[in-house]
Amino acid sequence: MHEHTTTIRPKKLFSFSDLKEIWDYRELLYFFSWRDLKVRYKQTFVGVLWAIFQPFITMVVFSVFFGQLAKIPSDGVPYPIFVYVGLLFWQFFSGSLSDTSNSLITNQAIVTKIYFPRLVLPISSVVTQCVDFIIGTVILIGLMFYYGYTPHLIGLLILPLLLIITFLASVGLGLFLASINVKYRDVRYVLPFFIQMLLFVTPVIYPAGIAGKYSWVLALNPMMGVIQSARAALLGTTVLNWELIGISLAATFALTIFGIYMFKKTERYFADII
Amino acid sequence: MKPAIEVKKLSKKYTISHQKNGGYITLRDSITNFFRFNRKKAITKEQFWALKDINFKVNPGEVLGVIGHNGAGKSTLLKILSQITPPSHGEITIHGSVGSLLEVGTGFHPELTGRENIFLNGAILGMKKKEIIKKFDEIVAFAGIEKFLDTPVKRYSSGMYVRLAFSVAAHMEPDILIIDEVLAVGDIEFQKKCLGKMDEITKKDGRTIVFVSHNMGAVMQLCNRVILLEKGTVVMDGEPQAVIQYYVKSLQTAKSDSISFDALDRKGKGNIQLSGVTFTDEKNAIVANGTSGQQLNVVLNYSSKKTKAMPYPYRIGVAFYDMYGQALFNCSTEVASTDKSDIDLDGTITCVIPQLPLSQGDYSLTFFLEVDGEIEDWVQGALTLPVINGDFFKTGKVSPEGWEGRAVLVPHYWILH
Repeated sequence: MHEHTTTIRPKKLFSFSDLKEIWDYRELLYFFSWRDLKVRYKQTFVGVLWAIFQPFITMVVFSVFFGQLAKIPSDGVPYPIFVYVGLLFWQFFSGSLSDTSNSLITNQAIVTKIYFPRLVLPISSVVTQCVDFIIGTVILIGLMFYYGYTPHLIGLLILPLLLIITFLASVGLGLFLASINVKYRDVRYVLPFFIQMLLFVTPVIYPAGIAGKYSWVLALNPMMGVIQSARAALLGTTVLNWELIGISLAATFALTIFGIYMFKKTERYFADII
Repeated sequence: MKPAIEVKKLSKKYTISHQKNGGYITLRDSITNFFRFNRKKAITKEQFWALKDINFKVNPGEVLGVIGHNGAGKSTLLKILSQITPPSHGEITIHGSVGSLLEVGTGFHPELTGRENIFLNGAILGMKKKEIIKKFDEIVAFAGIEKFLDTPVKRYSSGMYVRLAFSVAAHMEPDILIIDEVLAVGDIEFQKKCLGKMDEITKKDGRTIVFVSHNMGAVMQLCNRVILLEKGTVVMDGEPQAVIQYYVKSLQTAKSDSISFDALDRKGKGNIQLSGVTFTDEKNAIVANGTSGQQLNVVLNYSSKKTKAMPYPYRIGVAFYDMYGQALFNCSTEVASTDKSDIDLDGTITCVIPQLPLSQGDYSLTFFLEVDGEIEDWVQGALTLPVINGDFFKTGKVSPEGWEGRAVLVPHYWILH
């Protein structure tokens, strides 16, 4: 029998061994994401193509109404590609946010019957969204070919950083909402509304410059920095604003730490109150 | 030798919130409650100790049974041992890897195929992917579902589902296994197979098991030590035979007065209502349980706000169900009584069952009352009646194993020569 000692005590707060534990449970994390992907398009006709249709149709509708009819400025690039870059990141963020917030509730049956580090659940739902993001980039590549844009090297290098910011921002906010959701199901009703409101304060359908001298307030929203930088990097709409990325990073870290703190604080009681 | 599990001064407190209008507590309730200045709070709180100062040790290779009434703290103990919920005080030290099985098929997804669910469920139970691949064929063979491996489990029969779920669980290899009442599922053949498999695991591999069950037969067969919980404390700890006997005796002697129906969900017009029931034996002494083959009197009390008598024609009855909701038999004045006079509403109505034809186990009782063809009161699943083994067949032997809680005993005899 190999030595492996567990001590069960009244509630403890965060310790670094928790991170190691999540690493130990990486296979479970993989299986949860795998399950969600498998199940998502079961019994559908076009299956995984939905992951392409959704952002594509949204892009077309937005281009017609906001680009053609409302003539919303797009920093000098064609509106479809302008809005698509925003949508791609936005859908990754909003999808992850809503999935992480509901991850504990949808897996209630498992949470009350078996032990595993609860953080595995929200993280795995973001991983699932990552796959949709990757599928969605296929269209972006197509659009870039069509409109003749080639990203410069530094642009490509910064993309992973932008993805990490999006990942952490949605996990941070999602963890906070998930831990409230366990006790107060109000979150389920507030969330779609909240996400819709967020869409309007994030420069997805309009350029960031539109807010004028108040744009620094919008910068506290990490997604603003992400989307603006993504456009700068891929389409050369503006010069990369490192200061903005810095603000986004700082806001994201604050959000993540706050989210993890709230989650950890309530985690051990999930099974009792869910 | 280090104990596999060491439980020290373990306590668990639950705070129960009572809300005046019942149901969930919403964010609004919490906020308004916070801003309420007077003492009359909408949410009142009550503390309840599910476990109080529990101490015990389990040595490696020991198979410990945990028994007790409903609400004695068995499930809470298992939940703390499996780290699903933290204790309020005290601590548990566990040496070795732990696998817990509070339910078979945790995390099974109906849309996924049998093959996919084996991997998913295995991972949830803490098995490594390599391990699952290694044991895959064995798991499939044990469950006997070779033909349906690539069918979504939502198309499985409930028997197949349970067999597959148990089969995955049975192939976990932790040093310490924590098991809740999971054997109360599946057909009897499969239950036997599971018991056999668990027996094999413990005897051959020397695994430590903590096993909670209402099935005294299974506890007797598997465990080499049993603890009895009552109201959150350990009241007895020792040899299975002795502890089980003590427990069964306590079931027999526990006196309980009339069990009230007032708080129960019911259907019917409600002009006349059943208000409660008392169980007595052939000497009219109150009992808390039935005994196979012994007389059981079901004494019903009733009341009415409107009338003073119950006019004929009426139909009064009590139906017996097993804990899986299967109807077993039903006693009714309609067929068993020839009395056609009205009944005054100041007495009791008694149904006498001369030889209770039920094997050991728990049964659910439903009561009904009908006057003039209309339902006045119908209390479904009003209470759970425990039945203990008795000499039904007058042979000194009890109902065969595996039939606990699910069999109607029929008087019969054999002519063999």
